[in-house]
Amino acid sequence: MSGARESGYNFAYLDEQTKRMIRRTLLKALAAPGYQAPFGGREMPLAYGWGTGGIQVTASVIGPEDVLKVIDQGADDTTNAVSIRRFFQLVADVETTEATEKATVIQTRHRIPEAPLEEGQIIVYQVPQPEPLRHLEPREVETRKMHAYAEYGLMQVRLYEDIARYGHIATTYDYPVMVNGRYLMAPSPIPKFDNPKMQDNPAIQLFGAGREKRIYAIPPYTSVRSLDFEDHPFRTQSWDQRCALCDADDSYLDEVITDDRGGRMFVCSDTDYCARRRANGHVGAQGAIDPVGEKTDALSGDAQ
Amino acid sequence: MSAAASMRTRAPLMQARSVTRSYGGNIGCRDVSFTLYPGEVIGIVGESGSGKSTLLACLSGRLEPDSGVISYDMRGRGFVDIQTLSEPERRMLMRTDWGMVHQNPRDGLRMAVSAGGNVGERLMAVGARHYGDIRGEAQNWLAKVEIDLERIDDKPRTFSGGMQQRLQIARNLVTTPRLVFMDEPTGGLDVSVQARLLDLLRGLVRELGIAVIVVTHDLAVVRLLADRLMVMRRGEVVEHGLTDQVLDDPHHPYTQLLVSSVLQA
Repeated sequence: MSGARESGYNFAYLDEQTKRMIRRTLLKALAAPGYQAPFGGREMPLAYGWGTGGIQVTASVIGPEDVLKVIDQGADDTTNAVSIRRFFQLVADVETTEATEKATVIQTRHRIPEAPLEEGQIIVYQVPQPEPLRHLEPREVETRKMHAYAEYGLMQVRLYEDIARYGHIATTYDYPVMVNGRYLMAPSPIPKFDNPKMQDNPAIQLFGAGREKRIYAIPPYTSVRSLDFEDHPFRTQSWDQRCALCDADDSYLDEVITDDRGGRMFVCSDTDYCARRRANGHVGAQGAIDPVGEKTDALSGDAQ
Repeated sequence: MSAAASMRTRAPLMQARSVTRSYGGNIGCRDVSFTLYPGEVIGIVGESGSGKSTLLACLSGRLEPDSGVISYDMRGRGFVDIQTLSEPERRMLMRTDWGMVHQNPRDGLRMAVSAGGNVGERLMAVGARHYGDIRGEAQNWLAKVEIDLERIDDKPRTFSGGMQQRLQIARNLVTTPRLVFMDEPTGGLDVSVQARLLDLLRGLVRELGIAVIVVTHDLAVVRLLADRLMVMRRGEVVEHGLTDQVLDDPHHPYTQLLVSSVLQA
């Protein structure tokens, strides 16, 4: 804890009373899975929209023995992930990792790691808009009543509109789910590819929305069902390519533009998963010469 | 008359007893009582500020009366004082067994949702989860209210006023309610559109046997639609009876004034 003491901050930045308040809210949220529990969100040294809700939840559950992993769009090395990881190194002096199974607390934006989560792990989602009904019903008084009385027909209207306009359910991220058969929940802007991972997950899933000051949660082994129609069942995205670096065909792929002549490649969005597979000898179409973890070589090599 | 007489032998659908509501010292409606039978259309007429809309809000459970009892024959439960219903029960009633047609279609429609979605919303609210069935039902109802099926995926904001009003009616009738409240259903429409809408409404109401409470200041509307009529003034019902009887032989001075005020074209 020397780092925290030297930095002059209380352990994990928040004062103990605030952490207590947030933990109380977390217990409430876990007791009613999917219910948006209001909490006294604090100002954080970070702009709203960059993960203030997630940081406050992480700060309240993290202990000195925890191992932290932070991802943004699946990657450990993006700006947001690096900043938040450095923040907790400074104020909590915890060990950090990029390996999913080594982490005890994972803070994430936009993805759930490909490697299955286990009991004892906590995954913290950063949530921009916790209210799944917001774009359909602007009145907060009304949406709260709709949740209280479980009147969720309106969400189905949104999916109906998708099919009427595009012929299929065109919602691809922040895809609405029913938690424990009771509360309608916004899973944060994760791709719908990740929705099935929330179902009966052994890890504790916590959601923090800083601007909107709401916390909600999914306890381990809870039913999380994606909404759909009987004749238009829920389907995840799929690709006709494999990862260009690690040859994975079961992970969420990002399309990367490699030059200005139409060159592109598909790579795993989960960098830890991709690097692990390459270390185990899996080689994709463009990943042959690269040392593990430096996929930029493939990009620059093409330009010459 | 014989049709009205046979109605009396049936059990009533809704009963209001001495419904009173005031706003501070101002009277909204006072001591209004009536009985509504299944399939019957009651018109409430009166000048602006006579308490028509207050009465309608009380009857539809949106406003709590200061005194008086409104009871409704709920499916499977018999007569229930609607004030004793919990809020979710009342909301459920409002989107299944009741309907509400607003004067301004913007109050009754979702302007950002397509016509088909607007009609399908009530079905989805009561648990329909089969897209094909919902869409089929929406098409069926759009045809009934004479909206071109090619417009099913258009937003109501691209519709004319008359079409919006017809869409609002379809959206309400899709769950086959037994009672529909209408607040100035033809307000703001030009006369030829009004006539078509009234004709349509009359046909649907007769065909489906829906009971209607229609509030209006337009005597032509009640003449065409209503079986019975209540004339309100300053919050009180000054005259009531069969529509033709009240309009052709008004007894109360105010009703006489109201009837004589209508310009004959």
